[in-house]
Amino acid sequence: MEKMQLAAAMEKIVGKENVLYSPEALYEYSYDATPGHSYMPDVVVSPGTAQEVSEIMKYANEHKIPVYPRGSGTNLSAGTAPLDGGIVLLMLRFNKIIDVDLENLIAEVEVGVIVQEINDHIAQYGLIYPPDPGTVKTASLGGTIAENSGGLRGLKYGITKNYVQGLEVVLANGDIIHTGGKNVKDVSGYDMTKLFTGSEGTLGIVTKALLKLVPAPEAAKSMIAVFDTLEDAGNAVSGIIAAKIIPATLEILDNATIRTVEDFMHVGLPVDAAAILLIEVDGHPIVVDDEAKKVLAVLKENNSREVTLAKSPEHKEQLWTARRMALPCLAKLRPTTFVEDATIPRSKIPQFLKIVTKASADHNVTIGTFGHAGDGNMHPTIVCDLRDEAEMQRVHDAMDDIFKGALALGGTLSGEHGIGLGKLPWMEQQHGKEGMNAMKAVKRALDPNLILNPGKLLGEC
Amino acid sequence: MEEKKLTAESLNNSDAALLQDIEDALANCMKCGNCQAGCPIYRETKKEFSVARGKISLMQAVLSGKLPISEEFDTIMASCLNCKTCSANCPCGVKADDLILRGRNAAIKARGLHPVKKTIFSLLSNRPLFNAALRMGGMFGWLTFKDIPDKNAVFSRFPVPGMDPNRATAPLASKPLRSQYPEVIKTAGAKHRVAFFTGCTINFMYTDMGKAVIDVLTENGNEVVLPGKQHCCGTPVHVSGCFDLANEMAKHNIEVFEECRADYIVGACGSCVEALKDYPKWLKDEPEWQERAQRLADRVREISEFLVETGYHTDNLGRIDKRVTMHDPCHMVRGIKITEQPRQILKSIPGVDFVEMKEHDRCCGSGGSFCLAHYELSRQINDRKCKNIAATNADYVCASCPSCRMHITDGIVQNHMPQTVYHPIQLLAAAYQKGREKA
Repeated sequence: MEKMQLAAAMEKIVGKENVLYSPEALYEYSYDATPGHSYMPDVVVSPGTAQEVSEIMKYANEHKIPVYPRGSGTNLSAGTAPLDGGIVLLMLRFNKIIDVDLENLIAEVEVGVIVQEINDHIAQYGLIYPPDPGTVKTASLGGTIAENSGGLRGLKYGITKNYVQGLEVVLANGDIIHTGGKNVKDVSGYDMTKLFTGSEGTLGIVTKALLKLVPAPEAAKSMIAVFDTLEDAGNAVSGIIAAKIIPATLEILDNATIRTVEDFMHVGLPVDAAAILLIEVDGHPIVVDDEAKKVLAVLKENNSREVTLAKSPEHKEQLWTARRMALPCLAKLRPTTFVEDATIPRSKIPQFLKIVTKASADHNVTIGTFGHAGDGNMHPTIVCDLRDEAEMQRVHDAMDDIFKGALALGGTLSGEHGIGLGKLPWMEQQHGKEGMNAMKAVKRALDPNLILNPGKLLGEC
Repeated sequence: MEEKKLTAESLNNSDAALLQDIEDALANCMKCGNCQAGCPIYRETKKEFSVARGKISLMQAVLSGKLPISEEFDTIMASCLNCKTCSANCPCGVKADDLILRGRNAAIKARGLHPVKKTIFSLLSNRPLFNAALRMGGMFGWLTFKDIPDKNAVFSRFPVPGMDPNRATAPLASKPLRSQYPEVIKTAGAKHRVAFFTGCTINFMYTDMGKAVIDVLTENGNEVVLPGKQHCCGTPVHVSGCFDLANEMAKHNIEVFEECRADYIVGACGSCVEALKDYPKWLKDEPEWQERAQRLADRVREISEFLVETGYHTDNLGRIDKRVTMHDPCHMVRGIKITEQPRQILKSIPGVDFVEMKEHDRCCGSGGSFCLAHYELSRQINDRKCKNIAATNADYVCASCPSCRMHITDGIVQNHMPQTVYHPIQLLAAAYQKGREKA
């Protein structure tokens, strides 16, 4: 009966058509893109304005009802899974690109807009919004702000937090605040914008953002290089940066991934290679030409046995098949796919890949690794079958080796997917008790009743 | 109390059993949500149950005994255009479109067929009665429908159950296509004997499309056979999840087309042709029939596929000075994967200025009977298509599917646009006609 009361209260705020509570509808919002996490919420509510969100939060805060903000539900850390019942707050009605300020290069965008739609819209002005996670065509802006998403261009262009310049946020008590603004320089008070960016919905509900835009690069050059040893590939990555070149993309595929892609696609990949690097430099045409030459030289110095330069956009697409198909091909091997994102300093890539290969062999699990070599953000991708309990234990053991290994190399648990529930067990190892306590103090200050996405990022608070 | 709980559980168990054999196929969905990017319905509703991931999850909930096959389950499974965009873009290779049909099949087994569909399908299962009803409808068509000039479309004069009163639909022909021709249309020194699978919409509504196909086939030296006993391909029944009845219809058609000993079986509707090519899959549980279906399927061609494969004259084509754009019907582009041949044909016509529209391979929102049950939603999807058509400034829109033609024509009428919708073959037939007039 209590649940019906909650639904009725929500209908009063947002209207009947924006509240769902049939068992089928609730089940549809019990999960996200993370394997093995499904929890039934009590109600799914779609607000349309910050004012409505504020009223929902006031009600939830008063009645101590958990609230889980959700966009497209494509995250990989169970960040939107409604762990403890309560309200799934579906933000997709916030679907407007309100303004593109060409003088200040700032877009004012609501959080339900899909990231690709932002780029489609601003292309007419010759501008880009660089953060491009793999889910760029499905992820909502709000989701990428909550997870502080990165993507392929992170090395040169940075990640979401580098482009969010201001936010409209509804706090747990229903207060609506505005952080940051259009000012390039702004040191007035704590940097609340950065605090909420990447907070995984645990500190407030973001409804709108001011996004920094940058001019689209005029030209780009792509190439692919094959290596016989991980050391050579790793040295090439460091060598490119040491040559003072920052490629827009610098991606790596390990041997397991190369073999898997070739098995499915038959595109003539070198199945005996230890690693493939894919590199793209972009910018002014003259600079791009010069940088491409320097990159080629570095690749050869580091014993790349084969380098191919893309001759045309179509040729580039062909060369990048391996990278584009890496996840789809690995995913086709087995029913369940865990895409992890442990990240290490880029100089430690060879050591890290060896840790992954060893974990795979030690625990008898299938892992292919690809990722953003330029920024050390690796994606060890574990494929398995969730229905096989014994295998899942081995998967967990392998993950344990990988995460501990990354931390030992001075790395971090997550480069771009967030902590959510999936990586909670290793949080204290990375941050220590004191670090966790400091974060928990922030959480309690902003959300004293612990109703915002409870149980995520910090665990028990 | 205890007993009631057991009953609910056993009900759930029997529902779960209906989906048992697709458990592994469902498990392959990794829930990434990539299907959101392409799903025409999700694009409008932004609700998880619109998209393949949601429907697959729901089936898994039934499988695990968490939920029964409820009325809402039925409604959610029905809310799919079968446009196959999700399957075409699934990184895990999950054939979500097939699995959703399996969900519909399970819903019928658990809950029975919807009463409206029951009536329509029982009419459809009786071929002579079905033919008579549609022929009668056509004879008295002028009583019920009001013509829309230049669009080969009509408005209904009276309310029709299940149809929006403002909707532009296709006219029922005063005389069905197959009644206008002999069973065999002879051509001297014929290259091939070609059986024409007309499909219901071309036979009873768009006879102009059928006539164009016959003209083009004979023009290119083919003998055309129009088997009188051919029946609906079964697609509307199959996609509703009524596999048993669809398979009966498939068997009937296999027998009819085996009898006419044609070199090829040609169709002009993407969905019909896909069905004929898919009969072996439909009949996979009956090996003997599957073999016969395969022998038939090997000879089935979509009309543009047939023409490009066997060759067609281009030396006697008259000019058509029009700007033409093309919509790729779902069952053409993702079903039988034919997109190049109709373009090649259109571009070979002198005077045709061919322009691609944005998102030419996106569903037009018709989905067969989907647009009857969900007219408003299918209009929203179609309005995007119309916007893309308008941006091309084309005179004609070509679509190799009568259902798409009907739905896009409705969109053009509703949006007060100037375009006319044709099957690509109609332009080719018209070009031959003009060539003859000149000579």
